[in-house]
Amino acid sequence: MSSTAVREAAPAAGTAPGTAQGPPPRRRIALVPTVALLLGAVYTLLPVAWVVIASTKSGSELFSTFTFLPGSGFVDNVKDLDAYRDGVYWTWMGNSALYAGLGALLSTVVSALSGYALATYRFRGRETMFNVLLAGVLMPPIILAIPQYLLLAKADLTDSYLSVLLPQILSPYGVYLARIYAAAAVPTDVVEAGRMDGAGEWRIFTRVALPMMVPGMVTVFLFQFVAVWNNFLLPYIMLSDDERFPITLGLYTLLEQGANTPALYTLVITGAFLAVIPLVALFLVIQRFWSLDLLSGAVKS
Amino acid sequence: MFALFFALPIGYAVWLSLHKVHVSGLGLGSGAREEVWAGLENYTDTLTDSEMVGGALRVLGYGCVVVPVMLGLALLFALMLDSDKVRFTPFTRLAIFLPYAIPGVVAALLWGFLYLPDVSPFSYVLEKLGLPQPDLLDGGPLYLALSNIAVWGGTGFNMIVIYTALQAIPVEVYEAARLDGATPLQIALRIKIPMVAPSLVLTFFFSIIATLQVFNEPTTLRPLTNSVSTTWSPLMKVYQDAFGNGDIYRAAAEATIIALVTLVLSFGFLRAANRRTKQEAAR
Repeated sequence: MSSTAVREAAPAAGTAPGTAQGPPPRRRIALVPTVALLLGAVYTLLPVAWVVIASTKSGSELFSTFTFLPGSGFVDNVKDLDAYRDGVYWTWMGNSALYAGLGALLSTVVSALSGYALATYRFRGRETMFNVLLAGVLMPPIILAIPQYLLLAKADLTDSYLSVLLPQILSPYGVYLARIYAAAAVPTDVVEAGRMDGAGEWRIFTRVALPMMVPGMVTVFLFQFVAVWNNFLLPYIMLSDDERFPITLGLYTLLEQGANTPALYTLVITGAFLAVIPLVALFLVIQRFWSLDLLSGAVKS
Repeated sequence: MFALFFALPIGYAVWLSLHKVHVSGLGLGSGAREEVWAGLENYTDTLTDSEMVGGALRVLGYGCVVVPVMLGLALLFALMLDSDKVRFTPFTRLAIFLPYAIPGVVAALLWGFLYLPDVSPFSYVLEKLGLPQPDLLDGGPLYLALSNIAVWGGTGFNMIVIYTALQAIPVEVYEAARLDGATPLQIALRIKIPMVAPSLVLTFFFSIIATLQVFNEPTTLRPLTNSVSTTWSPLMKVYQDAFGNGDIYRAAAEATIIALVTLVLSFGFLRAANRRTKQEAAR
């Protein structure tokens, strides 16, 4: 689907109707790009629309009726899901909220502190530290996850909430973004002025620098929240008791069981639909607060 | 914190990768299994392992589809959004960015069902038209099926990064170009794309890294098809060795190699990109 959109749009995009000839330039709707963008939107919304509709179908309707025709089983599906293993689904949702919420909060605090320190203080090994950080951003999660698993196993912490939470608190990417934001948002003059007035370093950070960093830190928080919520590999490795699973892992195990019993398909689909709701809602509410400049700021440095 | 969760695990992984378990006797009782120095044995084993090489080749093929298509689409959409004659931009921008909020596992799950002949709308339509239905979860189409999930999930994010950079270009630049008689196509090719080159570099770079580490999507599709092996991608192979086969030493060596490849690729790429930027600045 996407490929047709490109093929049609690519040559036409620049030669949009009425753009090349004749001064003065008239304001017209550029039809081809508009249609191409709408096609793109259809493409991205298609699976979401599908899951919304499929979740309304009862088990038999799922295999017999046309996919985009709504069914009649939504309430029953939710009831089935709720009844599945005494509502373990809601436990997964709660776990995800806990991991993502607490994890993102702690990681934002750590990122703000270290980002500020890296941006403001000149100390020995600062550049090395920063390069190591950069390498950390690029490090495949599994190279960390295996030894983290073994280390946590030695501390008897695997298969616990902490095993998923702890490794995600320090996020190299979060620190990296915080450093860039702190460097841009907190002028050195202000920090100097604070020192002249006799304020302690901690006081300068909490009273002066932190308020200036808030917009950037909101972005870091949201970034971390989405990252932790979407994380699959770490809980996949760390956890074996499904009471502690986050929603991603829960749905995966449900699918794994459901593959052999199509009766579970409706559960998986309804579960996926309900799992998408909170993040999409969050996304719609917050997208206006995102300071996306931060991301492109990261590009420029 | 840094030491505990980054330096220590990395060091430990490297240490593990240089060891192996030596089993004496029947491997029973304490002391029968001991860690011994293995040198580079795990590394040479990994590099000559046909499964590992196969996984690397599969991911290479997959990346050759995903990265150009995803970034091409992202750039195209960003340029279109940036054009002032286009309608519905707030809606389309949001819609195309939306998959970013959906976990990779859930995305793979949704697409997995859309691919599954029993429930797929595509199969339904093809069947009604009396056309043959390709099995999207097998052979060559499987690559496209997996690539599609990555493109679907990643285009919006990259589009936003490029779009934000486009928004930062001052309007005067366009006015000047327009006065010189440049067409919108020329403006896009000669001004916009070069000016957002740093974002393109960054998105390229992140996409490559993400591709090397593909794990969630093929893992999620496994229950739906027999064509995805447990060692489909290098990371899946690492997982399989560490937790399926219980050979953490081997897994550590594999993980170290993947990390090294990632680092070499990315730092090499960053340096090349920097050099070009400097050259252009010097001109």
